[in-house]
Amino acid sequence: MHLDKVGSLNKGDLDMSENAIEVEDLTVAYQEKPVLWDIDLTVPEGVLMAIVGPNGAGKTTLIKAILNLVKTAAGQIKIYGKTSSDQKRLVGYVPQRGSVDWDFPTSVKDVVMMGRYGALGWIRRPGKEEQKMALSALDKVGMLQYAERQISQLSGGQQQRVFLARALVQDAQVYLMDEPFQGVDATTERAIVSLLQELRKSGKTVVVVHHDLQTVPEYFDWTALLNVRLIASGPVQEVFTEENLRLTYGGRVSFLKHNGENGVSNIGQRTG
Amino acid sequence: MDLGALFYDLFFDYTLRTVALGSAVLGIVSGALGAYAVLRKQSLLGDAMSHAALPGIAIAFLLTGSKASLVLILGAAIAGWIGTLFIMSIVRLTRIKFDSALGLVLSVFFGFGLVLLTIIQKMPNANQAGLDKFLFGQAAALLERDVITMSILGSIAIITMMVFWKEFKLLSFDPDFGATLGFPMRLLDILLTTLIVLAIVLGLQTVGVVLMSAMIVAPAAAARQWTDRLGTMVFLSSIFGALAGIVGALLSSSIQRLPTGPTIVLCISAIVIVSLFFAPRRGLVWNWIRVRRNRGRLHIEAILEDLYSLASAHDNPEHAHSIAVLRLMSSGKGGVDKSLKTLEEQGYVRSVNSDQWALTKAGVEQAQNLMKIREGNN
Repeated sequence: MHLDKVGSLNKGDLDMSENAIEVEDLTVAYQEKPVLWDIDLTVPEGVLMAIVGPNGAGKTTLIKAILNLVKTAAGQIKIYGKTSSDQKRLVGYVPQRGSVDWDFPTSVKDVVMMGRYGALGWIRRPGKEEQKMALSALDKVGMLQYAERQISQLSGGQQQRVFLARALVQDAQVYLMDEPFQGVDATTERAIVSLLQELRKSGKTVVVVHHDLQTVPEYFDWTALLNVRLIASGPVQEVFTEENLRLTYGGRVSFLKHNGENGVSNIGQRTG
Repeated sequence: MDLGALFYDLFFDYTLRTVALGSAVLGIVSGALGAYAVLRKQSLLGDAMSHAALPGIAIAFLLTGSKASLVLILGAAIAGWIGTLFIMSIVRLTRIKFDSALGLVLSVFFGFGLVLLTIIQKMPNANQAGLDKFLFGQAAALLERDVITMSILGSIAIITMMVFWKEFKLLSFDPDFGATLGFPMRLLDILLTTLIVLAIVLGLQTVGVVLMSAMIVAPAAAARQWTDRLGTMVFLSSIFGALAGIVGALLSSSIQRLPTGPTIVLCISAIVIVSLFFAPRRGLVWNWIRVRRNRGRLHIEAILEDLYSLASAHDNPEHAHSIAVLRLMSSGKGGVDKSLKTLEEQGYVRSVNSDQWALTKAGVEQAQNLMKIREGNN
């Protein structure tokens, strides 16, 4: 898998000295219970960041808040210095696989082309150009031969890759992905990881909700530990420590032991 | 009833032509927009909308004294809309779930509508007669101007749907993603819901409030069976709707005292049943054949592997074994003889004598391949 630029992006919109995402005093509450509490988070440009935390920590909500998909009780969110509704074109989104009905009557290629709808604007239909982009993105995720398939015929890992391809054709600058590794096999996971790392190398910022603590140091260079509050965020080697993990997961990581160079093991899906 | 005469009347008899045209319009519009209602899992919402429209019809008549279809349709649409709004608000603001909110609004609005209808019936005014046809529909009562009204409103609905095709597709498949692209999904939701309400109220005069939701759900459900593409599904759904509408309306207007709504619904039900059973790939019959075929194949593979594992106890992999052993190994499931015959035709086994069977060289390889595939899957 390799990544070359799909389409073009107006670099004039970007001030390179700025951070990709800045979250300030963010609080989100469903009914009375706070889901996110007073989050201050800065994501520098060009990092590959994992958001980790236990169930109910608000990981998905954080991503949705950044995307302006949930109502916030307080706080400000900036993407390259502007509100996210001003920067729609800069942000690509990979939702959880389970968030859509995969029995919807449409083809793989059609789903991927949806990533171009924003650039197309109102009413204009996708054409040859969009098809080409969709096929090239499907090629990158190794799904080209499935382009004409009905989406219900895909396995979980293939669905995930279709969503990735849809985000790729958005040609965004910042990618927000909600559990892109959920339910995929080891081969697909490696393929997705190398794709994410390619994205980072080409200067994109990628934020991923991630569950498998063991692979955080291997896959990511930046991380945010979240449990309603932000416990820590920064370069993996600085903030992905046993102490911070204990703060994030509470008593549940008491079985954490130093083991090998990563300092973390045997947590895996259990904490997910 | 003479079919030839019916066809002649279809084109040259004013009443029949009007009825058929009106029903076709109703079927096309409700079929097309019903596809979206079904895909968005709002089938039941259509039921609530149509029931909720009844008080709107009554109030529109009480306020204006007019029975012009445009006036009544407008009243129905407003009431249907308010009902939908109530359902959405109840779900959002209270702990009551969608299905309960739906039942609540449906019965309250419908009950209120029935009360109003009864009051209207008792009014000392000759003009009131005929509003009760909105309960079960009466195709024969369609006038040319009704059909013109229906056609104009229907065309507006269909054209709007086609103009915002891409946006409605996004809304139906992945609204959150659509929102991140910058589309105002709430506004699109309101627009599409309005179109669905419009599709429903267009058919009320013909099909009636009680059964109109069938015209939203059934054509789409049938169409989904035949295709995996949204465009084809919407098109087929319209065709099915139109077909059921025309046939049902013609039957009910040529046979005395046959209510139109139920007749049309029976027609579309027939289409649904045929689709459920016989549609390729999704149909039950096709499914059943596929399961049978798979089962046969699996049984054959099991026999092959049984023979292989028996033979591996010997030095010679082509060692012959009794059919009785194979019957025991396939744990009582019959068809061992049949499966062996098939395998023999494929050249994987040969019979040594009447009840002794052995693997051929090709059979050994095939068995090894199968076992390798199985391990790969685990």
